Amino acid sequence: MKKATQTGKRHFGTSLSGCDFSELKGKLIALEGADGSGRSTQIEMLKDWLENLGYGTVNVGLKRSTLVAEELEAAQQGNILSHTTRSLFYATDFADQLENNILPALRAGFVVLADRYIYTLMARDIVRGAERDWVRSLYSIALTPDAVFYIRVSPQVLVERNFRKNATLNYWESGMDIGLSRDMFESFMRYQRLIQAEFRRMQAEYGFTIINGNRRARAIHAELRAKVQEVLAKTP
Amino acid sequence: MNKNHNHPGRLIAVEGLDGSGKSTQIYLLKRWMEMQGLKVFFTEWNSSLLVKEATRKGKKRQLLTPTTFSLVHATDFADRFERQILPLMRAGYIVLADRYMYTAFARDIVRGCDPRWVRKLYSFAVVPDITFFFDTPLEVSLDRILGGRPKLKYFEAGMDLGLADNEYESFRIFQGRIYAEYKKMVETEGFMVMEGMLPVEKQQAMVRKYVEQKIDLPSFRWRGKQ
Repeated sequence: MKKATQTGKRHFGTSLSGCDFSELKGKLIALEGADGSGRSTQIEMLKDWLENLGYGTVNVGLKRSTLVAEELEAAQQGNILSHTTRSLFYATDFADQLENNILPALRAGFVVLADRYIYTLMARDIVRGAERDWVRSLYSIALTPDAVFYIRVSPQVLVERNFRKNATLNYWESGMDIGLSRDMFESFMRYQRLIQAEFRRMQAEYGFTIINGNRRARAIHAELRAKVQEVLAKTP
Repeated sequence: MNKNHNHPGRLIAVEGLDGSGKSTQIYLLKRWMEMQGLKVFFTEWNSSLLVKEATRKGKKRQLLTPTTFSLVHATDFADRFERQILPLMRAGYIVLADRYMYTAFARDIVRGCDPRWVRKLYSFAVVPDITFFFDTPLEVSLDRILGGRPKLKYFEAGMDLGLADNEYESFRIFQGRIYAEYKKMVETEGFMVMEGMLPVEKQQAMVRKYVEQKIDLPSFRWRGKQ
C-alpha cells in the first residue's frame, strides 16, 4: 500500500498529481495534542534548538494556507459549516500547505515542524461522525512524517491550563458543535475523552509516539529532543 | 422506479461539455415544473458563497494544483449538498443540478488525480435519480464556445496542464479529454444520453417525457393553496 521512494519518504496511499516525492532530503516532524497540551511551546523550543544546531526549519500548522486560511477562519467564526464541508475545507488547507510549503521545504533539506498534522484533523472528523474510510482516503495524499509525537494530557490538566491561559474554554475544543452537553465544562471533558480514544486507536495503527504531557515543559522538551536527534541521525 | 436513495425527494442532474446545451435544457425543465406547481429547486456547480472567495482567489492567482483544485470544488459541493440539496431532498423537493459530481470526476481525473481518491471524496453525495448527458460532438461544443472568441480563463482552458501554449488550443485538447471521460461514464454511471444536435424544443420534449415516465410528478405538487 505505501510506496517508498529513494529517500524513504512515503505517502498514505494516494499519489498527488504532479508531485514528486523523491529527493525529499529534509525531515517532517509532527506534534499533535489538544490546546493546552503545550504543543506550540514545544514547537518553539524545538525550533530554537534546531536553529542553534544550524538546521533550517519551517513551521506549518492548521489554518495557515495562503489559499483558504482566511476564508476558513471566517466561516468557522460564523459557525456556518456543516461537517463534511468543514472536513473538506480543512483538507484543502492542508493540501495547499503540503504542496506549497512542506514539500518544497523538504526538497531544500529543511526540518519541517508541523504544529498538528492530519491525525488531529482525522480525529476531529471521526468524532463528528465521518466515516473512517472516507477520512482515511481523504488524507491518503499526505506525506508520512518521519516522526509523530502525540502530547497527551489528561482532560483535568487540560481544563486547568486552558482556564489559566484564557479564563475560558474554547467552543470548538469543547466540541460544543456536536451537542454532547449544554454544559460547556461537561462537553469539554467528554469531547477531549473522545478525541483521546480516537488517538489511541490511531496510535495502534500508525505507531506514533505518545508523550506524557502532564509534566513541565522542560522535561517534555528533553524527551522530544532526544527523540528528534534519533530522527535526524537517520540517513535514508 | 428504483430509487438511488431513501429520501422522499428526487434528484435530476445534467452533465456535458460547455456548449452542449445542458444549461438551456435544465432551465426549460425547471420552467415546466414550476408552471405545473411542483416543488422544485435549482442548484449549479461552483456556486457556494462560502467557498467562492477562496476559489476566486485560487483561480485568479493561479494558486491551485490538481489536488487543491479538486478539494476546493468538493468543499463547494459539500456546502451546497449539506445545506440545500440534502435537506430539500428530505423535504420532498425535486432538485435540479446543473452539473454534479460527474463533472469533478471528469475534470479531476483529466488533471491527474487518482480516480479512486476522487470518487471516494464524493461518496457522501446522493446518486441522482436521473443524469442526462448532453452528447454534442466535440467540434460542435468547441465551436459554440470558441466561436465568439471569448477570453478563456486559465483553469477553464486547462492551461495548468501545460497541454499547449495558447488558451484556445489548450481548451480544445482539455475538452477532448473531458469528453472521453464522460463517454466512459455513460455505461458505468448509467447516464441517459441525449442527442445534443437535435433542436432545443425537440430535446426538451424528450427530456420532459423521460422525466414524466420516471418520476410521479403530480405527487410533488405544493399542497394547499398558494
